[in-house]
Amino acid sequence: MRVGGLVVGLTVLALGLAATATGDPSAPSAIRGCGKGDLTLLKDGTLTVGTDNPAFPPFFGGAEKKPWKISNPYSGQGYESAVAYAVASQLGFTKKQVAWAPLVWTASFKPGKKPFDIYLAQISYLPERAKNASFSNSYYFVNQAVVANAGSPIAKVKTVSGLRQYKLGVTIGTTAYDYVNRFVKPSEKPNVYDSQTDAVSALNAKQIDGIVVDFPSTGYIVNVQLEDGVIVGRLPTRGTREHFGLVLPKDSPNLRCINRAVNRLWANGTIKQLQKRWIAKGAPELR
Amino acid sequence: MSVVSTVVFFGAIALIVVNAAGWPDVKQAFFDGDLFRESFPDIARAFVLNVKIFVVAEIVILVFALLIAVLRGLPGPVFFPVRALATIYADLFRGIPTILVIYILGFGVTALQLPGVPISELFWGTVALILVYSAYVSEVYRAGIESVHPSQEAAARSLGLSRFQTLRHVVIPQAVRRVIPPLLNDFIGLQKDTALVALLGVVEAFRQSQIDVSATFNYTPYICTAILFIAITVPLARFTDWLVARDRRRQLAGGMR
Repeated sequence: MRVGGLVVGLTVLALGLAATATGDPSAPSAIRGCGKGDLTLLKDGTLTVGTDNPAFPPFFGGAEKKPWKISNPYSGQGYESAVAYAVASQLGFTKKQVAWAPLVWTASFKPGKKPFDIYLAQISYLPERAKNASFSNSYYFVNQAVVANAGSPIAKVKTVSGLRQYKLGVTIGTTAYDYVNRFVKPSEKPNVYDSQTDAVSALNAKQIDGIVVDFPSTGYIVNVQLEDGVIVGRLPTRGTREHFGLVLPKDSPNLRCINRAVNRLWANGTIKQLQKRWIAKGAPELR
Repeated sequence: MSVVSTVVFFGAIALIVVNAAGWPDVKQAFFDGDLFRESFPDIARAFVLNVKIFVVAEIVILVFALLIAVLRGLPGPVFFPVRALATIYADLFRGIPTILVIYILGFGVTALQLPGVPISELFWGTVALILVYSAYVSEVYRAGIESVHPSQEAAARSLGLSRFQTLRHVVIPQAVRRVIPPLLNDFIGLQKDTALVALLGVVEAFRQSQIDVSATFNYTPYICTAILFIAITVPLARFTDWLVARDRRRQLAGGMR
């Protein structure tokens, strides 16, 4: 084993030396065959990354900077910003060679030409969605969770079946809608809102008892949007394991390289580490 | 001749559309037959809610808007505050975009948590539509009332009818008959605007189709909703035409023989 370790160590060292010797010293070493030059890019030498505006925590961090609202994707802070830069680095882009483009998330799957090389804004992979866009391998596996106002009866619920008697709300186009209808099966159909903000307004107006949303969004709702919010709990994974994927133009020739980059980030522990750093942990799991 | 010109005209348009470079994309995104069959039943079920909303709203509007129009037409300085209130109401609710009225009532009023005030989003969505469309319809009524010649009122009063009786038996029946077409026109608008109640989380036909669209990345479910709305509004439009034509026949009866 020691010998193995030594060999790997030497190989990494050699690869590192090769990279510094041959290329621009500031450019990160790219995966073989997946460098800047090997990719089909919107703009030569630049990786154009699309995301929704506002870009908010925990997916984006840094101080608000125009045209971005709430956060700044260029900061490299927040989970998705960090993942995008990590992927870019695997493909040999420096930080300066990454350009961010604001685009409403629903437009990322419109048929036709796409104004980005990769797009990420907490988009869950669904087979139907892959009809008009290509998805990379997962960069995040998602649980659903329930948020509510502290002190309301639903806040004491400990089981999934305990949620059935409550009126729930979900945001349109999210996996939460499917999850609620297929696995929670509440006695009243859930309300469906255009945005998380509207769902929160309905919660404040007591028109609904709780909001079902992916766990990564709960931090924003509880800390920013609600005055006195609590995470009731995380919901168990059911059916297909939901995950976020990078969206690429349909049948993009870059898909193979992007996937190799993502796989590497899982293998070398980067993704685990970024999740630990940027995405809040905690909240009990409902049974 | 009309058959030939119609066929040539629409045939040409169809050819241009089908031969357009983007047609296969558009066809896949908007006219997916399987998806249409799959999503139509759910959307049709949700459409029942739209029908309920606009039936309730239309009945209330017919009465409420007439009241506003009558109040606005009250003569004499004593009634100035009433006239002013009715005018402000009509100005305000015709001026504010319907979406905003729905948001303000649906999330604003309910968030006040006033005791005894309903919090149901369906209730407030419907109230918002009633308020907005009553403002339009009251103006339609007013135009009708003002189109009745003053001599009619004078004649009725000279026969000993009270002001209310004159309004009830002489002015309003003539006024309403004249404004039926613009009245139904506003109702067609109202029927389509029931989709706005979806903003408050209510799953009606439009929201159901949005749910299907976002799940499939395909716009075909919107076509389902469009067809359902057309199926309701077109008969109403033809009915209006028929009413107008009948009225015309009756008014001209004898005169044109």
